[in-house]
Amino acid sequence: MSEMPLLSARDLQLHFGRIAALDHVDLDIWPGEVVAIVGESGSGKTTLLRVLSGMMAPDAGRVVFDGQDVLAMGEAARRNLMRTQWGFVHQNPRDGLRMGVSAGGNIGERLMAVGARHYGNIRGEATAWLKRVEISPERIDDLPRNFSGGMQQRLQIARTLVTRPRLVFMDEPTGGLDVSVQARLLDMIRGLVAELGLAVLIVTHDIAAARLLAHRILVMRHGQVVEQGLTDRVLDDPQHPYTQLLVASVLAA
Amino acid sequence: MTYDPGYNFAYLDESTKRMIRRAILKGVAIPGHQVPFGSREMPLPYGWGTGGIQVTASILGPDDTLKVIDQGADDTTNAVSIRAFFRRVAGVATTERTAEATVIQTRHRIPEHPLTEQQIIVYQVPMPEPLFRLEPRIAETKRMHALADYGLMHVRLYEDIARHGHIATSYNYPVMVNGRYLMAPSPIPAFDNPKMDQMPALQLFGAGREKRIYAVPPYTGVRSLDFDDHPFRPIRAPHACALCGSRESYLDEVITDDSGGKMFVCSDTSYCTERQTAREAAE
Amino acid sequence: MSWSLRAEGLGKSFTLHLQGGVTMPVLRGLELSVAPGECVALSGPSGAGKSTLMRCLYGNYGAEAGRILLRHGDGVVDIATADARTMREVRRDTLGYVSQFLRVIPRVPALEIVAEPLMARGMARDAALAKAEAMLTRLNLPARLHHLPPATFSGGEQQRVNLARGFAPAYPVLLLDEPTASLDAANREVVIGLIREAKDRGAAIIGIFHDAEVRDRVADRLFAVTPLPEAA
Repeated sequence: MSEMPLLSARDLQLHFGRIAALDHVDLDIWPGEVVAIVGESGSGKTTLLRVLSGMMAPDAGRVVFDGQDVLAMGEAARRNLMRTQWGFVHQNPRDGLRMGVSAGGNIGERLMAVGARHYGNIRGEATAWLKRVEISPERIDDLPRNFSGGMQQRLQIARTLVTRPRLVFMDEPTGGLDVSVQARLLDMIRGLVAELGLAVLIVTHDIAAARLLAHRILVMRHGQVVEQGLTDRVLDDPQHPYTQLLVASVLAA
Repeated sequence: MTYDPGYNFAYLDESTKRMIRRAILKGVAIPGHQVPFGSREMPLPYGWGTGGIQVTASILGPDDTLKVIDQGADDTTNAVSIRAFFRRVAGVATTERTAEATVIQTRHRIPEHPLTEQQIIVYQVPMPEPLFRLEPRIAETKRMHALADYGLMHVRLYEDIARHGHIATSYNYPVMVNGRYLMAPSPIPAFDNPKMDQMPALQLFGAGREKRIYAVPPYTGVRSLDFDDHPFRPIRAPHACALCGSRESYLDEVITDDSGGKMFVCSDTSYCTERQTAREAAE
Repeated sequence: MSWSLRAEGLGKSFTLHLQGGVTMPVLRGLELSVAPGECVALSGPSGAGKSTLMRCLYGNYGAEAGRILLRHGDGVVDIATADARTMREVRRDTLGYVSQFLRVIPRVPALEIVAEPLMARGMARDAALAKAEAMLTRLNLPARLHHLPPATFSGGEQQRVNLARGFAPAYPVLLLDEPTASLDAANREVVIGLIREAKDRGAAIIGIFHDAEVRDRVADRLFAVTPLPEAA
């Protein structure tokens, strides 16, 4: 195991008026580690994701990615990170896809953004990724607006992973999907993450999804991390009253 | 020559011209970068070349000779009107011959006759933003230009090839200027794109409705975007001009009757006429 | 005597915040040491805390007091205080656990489930799959099931997948929670064989065996886990 965390956050604080969205949050993610942030709506999960990925500035605190200060870096550097070493999977695929661009173009965009200039290779890569996310390569020229919700989400994942990022942020990736579709998507994410050795920070309120995917869990409430640790330790032996409530509320996680 | 004393020289007041010249200078200093300017109401509607006219008005001097073309032709309504306009408000000489002109205002073409260091070409631009249609948020397109984040433009070309088997964009074909800014060359045919590269003449672009000016200084690299395995190819109808016989010039398809008759003729009427004259003289 | 795993003053209770914060003590001052090549069987009545102890040793339950020392690589790790990252490494390289029930992962075939910990330790995919295949075959899981996800398997079939996954990587320390509960006689014999082989290669084993015959044939000694008095 490498000796440095990939992403490291210290003492993050953010207030919306009098409400603490982030209350002295610390977090480390190591290469290849999948970390789930769980908690109910409004607990600060998504805010934390946005702050860690540099999309939102905290009132105080530090975020360091691979030795670089994320909050101090310019937009050019941050965007460069976003299209090379990072990926972001949005809850709503419409926020992560270009709905008016074909499936192949959606996957190819990140490749072209980092300088790929061979159409045949880009198309080959897009075809391979469609297969990986279990979309028929015949649909490569179809617009994602004609895809089902589950397919759109799988396409978004392909589009995000095509440049082999080291760290992927996922915001409720199974959020708006049917239960049966969720299971398939989760399994696909699990497989890809293991295969590519990705570090993933996944925000979810789905305890079962966290159990399936994550090595480690952070439980957030009112902007604070109230409990964290190995996934099975937190879910099987929850210490904090809120975690116990969360786990007890789930049917057979 | 004299001009209508009811107007300031070249119609615009001097402080407006200075404002526009500052925008032009900035554009020249940052090749391909769109500079906002305070576009004025002109005595003709948007879409008729108000941007180009304001640029021309701001750079015109009494000794200039002006040529105006519309789709390559000097004798269409738009070209005739703009020429008449400047004769009246600036009293400048006008010409239809490319080589004689010092300022050439154009809509949708670059003359076939190579331009020189002594000349300035002014393009009328309907939509200066090349990322328009791809990214609807203007603030976002500005960020993309600022960060040279142009993957999206290649996405459009990718989509072209995916749909048509080749890059089907045949006009307003996007270019990179000086290896830095993505630029819309205005709706000139892709055939004309190579003429922009290392052109000895100064190239100025004016968009009146969109209130943007941009420029390509003389001898600046202008590269049409493409893929390694789908290189940029200037496309031309595979015919000779029915009037002058040219096999090099850009051709217009002209419908000659109601029963499908057609012919191909030079889009650049000045070039075509000169060639016909030369041929008649030789005979 | 040298040891592979050693609990010192181990204490564990559960505080149920949803039931008015009532605290249930389960383990207190527990001392246990297991040597390489030794198999210790936990004994005691149902509810005495045998499974809780196993889960504490695996880091699945957080220890509240005391230390749980494990020889890991060239050093010693205290499972009671180790961070999540260290625990992942410990579970990958040193500490194996076979529970009674398989946690089924949707759509992942039995073969992959067994091969996964092998590949996590760096074994090439082909070699890992071959070893997984051999292990499942030894445990008499029909070949036609190897490539199916175990969700629809019987309890006994699922347990054999679980056993194959637990024994394939040759962990230096193994925790076995009723490994033969739903097995027939033939497969019980296979498991006894696996446990004996593990001991022979120097693995330290702690097990809960309700089957007295199995226990007598593999365990070197018993360790009594006794219920704590109710009101502590």
